[in-house]
Amino acid sequence: MAQLFFGYFAGVIALTAVLVVALKNPIYSALSLLVMFFHVAGLYVTLHAEFLAAVQIIVYAGAILVLYLFVVMLLNVKRDDRYHGQWRIAGFVCIPLLLEFMILLAGGIAASPGPVPAESTGGVTGGNTLAIGETLFSTYLFPFEVASLILLVAMIGAIILAKRDVGGDAPQ
Amino acid sequence: MIPVSYYLILSAIVFLTGVVGVLIRRNIIAILLSVELMLNATNINFVAFSEHLQDLGGQVFVFFALTVAAAEVAVGLAIIIALHRSKSTINVEEFNLLKW
Repeated sequence: MAQLFFGYFAGVIALTAVLVVALKNPIYSALSLLVMFFHVAGLYVTLHAEFLAAVQIIVYAGAILVLYLFVVMLLNVKRDDRYHGQWRIAGFVCIPLLLEFMILLAGGIAASPGPVPAESTGGVTGGNTLAIGETLFSTYLFPFEVASLILLVAMIGAIILAKRDVGGDAPQ
Repeated sequence: MIPVSYYLILSAIVFLTGVVGVLIRRNIIAILLSVELMLNATNINFVAFSEHLQDLGGQVFVFFALTVAAAEVAVGLAIIIALHRSKSTINVEEFNLLKW
């Protein structure tokens, strides 16, 4: 049963990832990315990361992708039909990487250790969200505050960049 | 029980798809979407290893990666809007001001 779910999610994720790159129209690319986000969230649920699945749907599908679609429709671009001339470089970089990875994994599957028994974390008894919250606000408290600073800087930067005339009467 | 190497293969496929997308697409929005693909591939890896090692640090790190992705999208789309305002195109081959 777990294999069935993993096969379904992995198949759809791989297919929609290829579609994101292959489709010409950016709106279709963004919509297939939406399908991919939902299936990644499903994969997180099978990995017992329910909180991250919810956050994935809310933040990625709800906020980030809406922002993308907003900009695509705001700019109203014509369809760019051709791919970039760098596809040879892309093939040259990626096909050896993929082959190397397959070879490494084919040799390493038999030797991979089993899962560690579940006593190393502690405090996982109250569900995934509680455990993540306790970890986030105890061990990772300082990175959490730094993340808030990153969000503030990004917000200010986005406003400054997209503002039409910063500090005066710039033309256009 | 799915072996963790299957998740690695899936993540590698998605990541390489993102790399190919960054290299071959001309539309700058599609390039940013490919960057999102790569970020999601790393997130899948983090969650798979978090389950494999029974360590919540991986999931917390995905949380931070999500934050950085949101910031990157906001700034990236603002840059795209500014570029489109100055050049009226989002084809990356038109942006060659710093090229020599």
